[in-house]
Amino acid sequence: MGKVLMKGNEAIGAAAIKAGCRFFFGYPITPQNELPEYMSRELPKNEGVFLQAESEVSAINMVYGAAASGARVMTSSSSPGIALKQEGITYIAAAELPCVIVNIVRGGPGLGGIQPAQSDYYQATRGGGNGDYKLLVYAPANLQELVDLTQDAFDAADYYRTPVMIVGDGMIGQMMEPIEFKEHISRFALSEKDWATTGTKGQREPNIINTLFLDPAKLEELNFRLQDKYKLIKSNEARYEAFNMENAQIVLVAYGTTSRIVKNVITDLKDQGINVGLIRPITLWPFPEKAFDNIPSTCKALMSVEMSFGQMIDDVKIASNGRLPVHFYGRSGGMIPSPDDIIEKVKEVIGGAK
Amino acid sequence: MINEKIICAGFGGQGVMLMGQTILYAGMVEGKEVSWLPSYGPEMRGGTANCSVIVSDRPIGSPVISNNATSAIIMNLPSLIKFEKDVISGGRLVINSSLIEKKSSRSDIKAYYIPANDIAVELGNSRVANTVLLGAYLKLTKILSDTSIMKALHKAFSGTKAHMLDINMAAYERGADLVG
Amino acid sequence: MAIVFQKTKGLTDKETHYCPGCTHGIIHRLTAEVLEELNVLGDTIGVAPVGCSVLAYDYFNCDVQQAAHGRAPAVATGIKRVQPDKVVFTYQGDGDLASIGTAEIVHAAHRGEKITTIFVNNAIYGMTGGQMAPTTLIGQKATTSPYGRTAEHAGMPLRVCEMLATIEGSVFVERVSVDTPANVRKAKKAIMKAFQCQIEGRGFSIVEVLSTCPVNWGMTPVDSITWLQNNMIPYYPLGNFRKPEEDK
Repeated sequence: MGKVLMKGNEAIGAAAIKAGCRFFFGYPITPQNELPEYMSRELPKNEGVFLQAESEVSAINMVYGAAASGARVMTSSSSPGIALKQEGITYIAAAELPCVIVNIVRGGPGLGGIQPAQSDYYQATRGGGNGDYKLLVYAPANLQELVDLTQDAFDAADYYRTPVMIVGDGMIGQMMEPIEFKEHISRFALSEKDWATTGTKGQREPNIINTLFLDPAKLEELNFRLQDKYKLIKSNEARYEAFNMENAQIVLVAYGTTSRIVKNVITDLKDQGINVGLIRPITLWPFPEKAFDNIPSTCKALMSVEMSFGQMIDDVKIASNGRLPVHFYGRSGGMIPSPDDIIEKVKEVIGGAK
Repeated sequence: MINEKIICAGFGGQGVMLMGQTILYAGMVEGKEVSWLPSYGPEMRGGTANCSVIVSDRPIGSPVISNNATSAIIMNLPSLIKFEKDVISGGRLVINSSLIEKKSSRSDIKAYYIPANDIAVELGNSRVANTVLLGAYLKLTKILSDTSIMKALHKAFSGTKAHMLDINMAAYERGADLVG
Repeated sequence: MAIVFQKTKGLTDKETHYCPGCTHGIIHRLTAEVLEELNVLGDTIGVAPVGCSVLAYDYFNCDVQQAAHGRAPAVATGIKRVQPDKVVFTYQGDGDLASIGTAEIVHAAHRGEKITTIFVNNAIYGMTGGQMAPTTLIGQKATTSPYGRTAEHAGMPLRVCEMLATIEGSVFVERVSVDTPANVRKAKKAIMKAFQCQIEGRGFSIVEVLSTCPVNWGMTPVDSITWLQNNMIPYYPLGNFRKPEEDK
């Protein structure tokens, strides 16, 4: 198949349909509207259903019902809308239902703005709703990765029976670059969803999808099971890209949009004789801690670069475990860091590190 | 080595997004690394619209063009005021002089004044002004081959827009001829 | 020996947790009997709410999903859109449906979602210990209206059927009570009709069942029935508010 040009938001929709997603429940919010609009056009042509819910709260609960019916289902929103969906997301995690949730992050807090941001990192990686749960969180940095990970997200969600979140931002959602839709082959051996509520047909005991456990011992049992699952995901699914690490004097840590800017920084600084490496988490949870075991001895400092005022930096500190000083550069509210500003900060840090 | 960073800017409705996408598509056809990033949100509704297009021989990092545009195609005055400063020294400004009387205040960049709307009206439709500027820009930079550009124009004006193909081809030629 | 009465197959053998005198048990049984008589138990997915009937998933002998507080109609929508050939119902109380879940129930009706809602109105939050609900009557004491509900402070009690009956997507809206054997029979008829409307693909159907809560009302079961008759029925009149054209 040849390459095509699509906006990121539409590419997510196309990838989802190719991955067998036939149900989408959403609610309008900028800058992700092209995705529900695409689904409203394309799902009816693919024997699927697009439904615009009355709110994000309802949309995520429709996802719950559809996922528990055994379907591949997706919803998308942007930051304030994802905040509203947290109730449903914790239920979905607790009921161990598979689904894919897209957050095209915008600046916050509050109603915020509509420009790109990464200030929902905590919300995505720490659970977001009540209780001890995690989402598998993908953070693609380009549209090819976006479509590949979207397709993979449905497989991973089914395999682990867990909600998977794809975190982008307005830039990833709105931009166009060439994409190739490869033939989709699941990397998991997926089994029948015999737990789904599809009617007993009088031939089996009722299937119950439930998140209430009044007996604390039973609830702890669920939590043990979830934690075992998260352990498995942690050991299997952490992904990252290590870029230009050899002889790096400093290693920057950045994901998504920010990592693209950092790559420009690396090229520019190379011309000036300064070697800068990049660790780019592709999964935000699990955070790719192993990447920090392979930092070259030439490296004297780490620096987290974010479109927030410092959220991922906590994970960078945990992963590097005191081995190196961890610096920070961030912009927030929808401001995109400029390469020049990052370069200045890098020079300040390595100057000081001498 | 090509590493062209283009800002296309104008009023919403002047076709700056489509102009950018045409460059994008032609670049992809030619096997270049390409990216297209639009402005979005309320400012799109009747206000100024712009997109950033990168055509490069090297992998593209950020699709954002901040203060390092190699060229800007400017269709209205607010866009000239906003983006003139973002063009690098030695870069190009392609200005729609039908709607912009002001001259560029920069002496370190080359400015080309193209009466795009006048030419478009002569051709019979003011809406092809964007393609006149596109023709001038691509002729000036020669970053893409005629074949790729023709493919892109055919792609841009297909389906429900197919009736606009001929006039856009003519607009493209006129724009190119002006600087050729 | 002839069998004169048998427990419906629509209920499991699990003993319910409902308080003595509570009418949830009757309403469960009526719903289950209707599903059995329609021969759809094996094709039914129920949605349990948050509230006293949260454990309904243990009692109905069919597949059940337990939903977040008030969200049962949204969950049911997700189920029905994936499985349009199945029978999908929500079983919700008045805190769940008439307070936190108003958006979900209104829009399920608005879309003409082909689901059935059994709405149990006992004018109080039972599970959480007797707090005021939107349906609590004027003067009625609750743990969060200790001096009795006043219209000035909390507004007038919300009439759900009357509200939902104004929505075009609602095809069957009826309020019933289970305070007498005759009314129990009428209630079952209404529930039957509601499910038939769904099975025929007509749209949204709801049956509101006036119910007692002796424990939180602080009355005996018998006094509760009398209180329901003297106070609830006058404010929440029984009857049909909307039905398919040909039945009119």
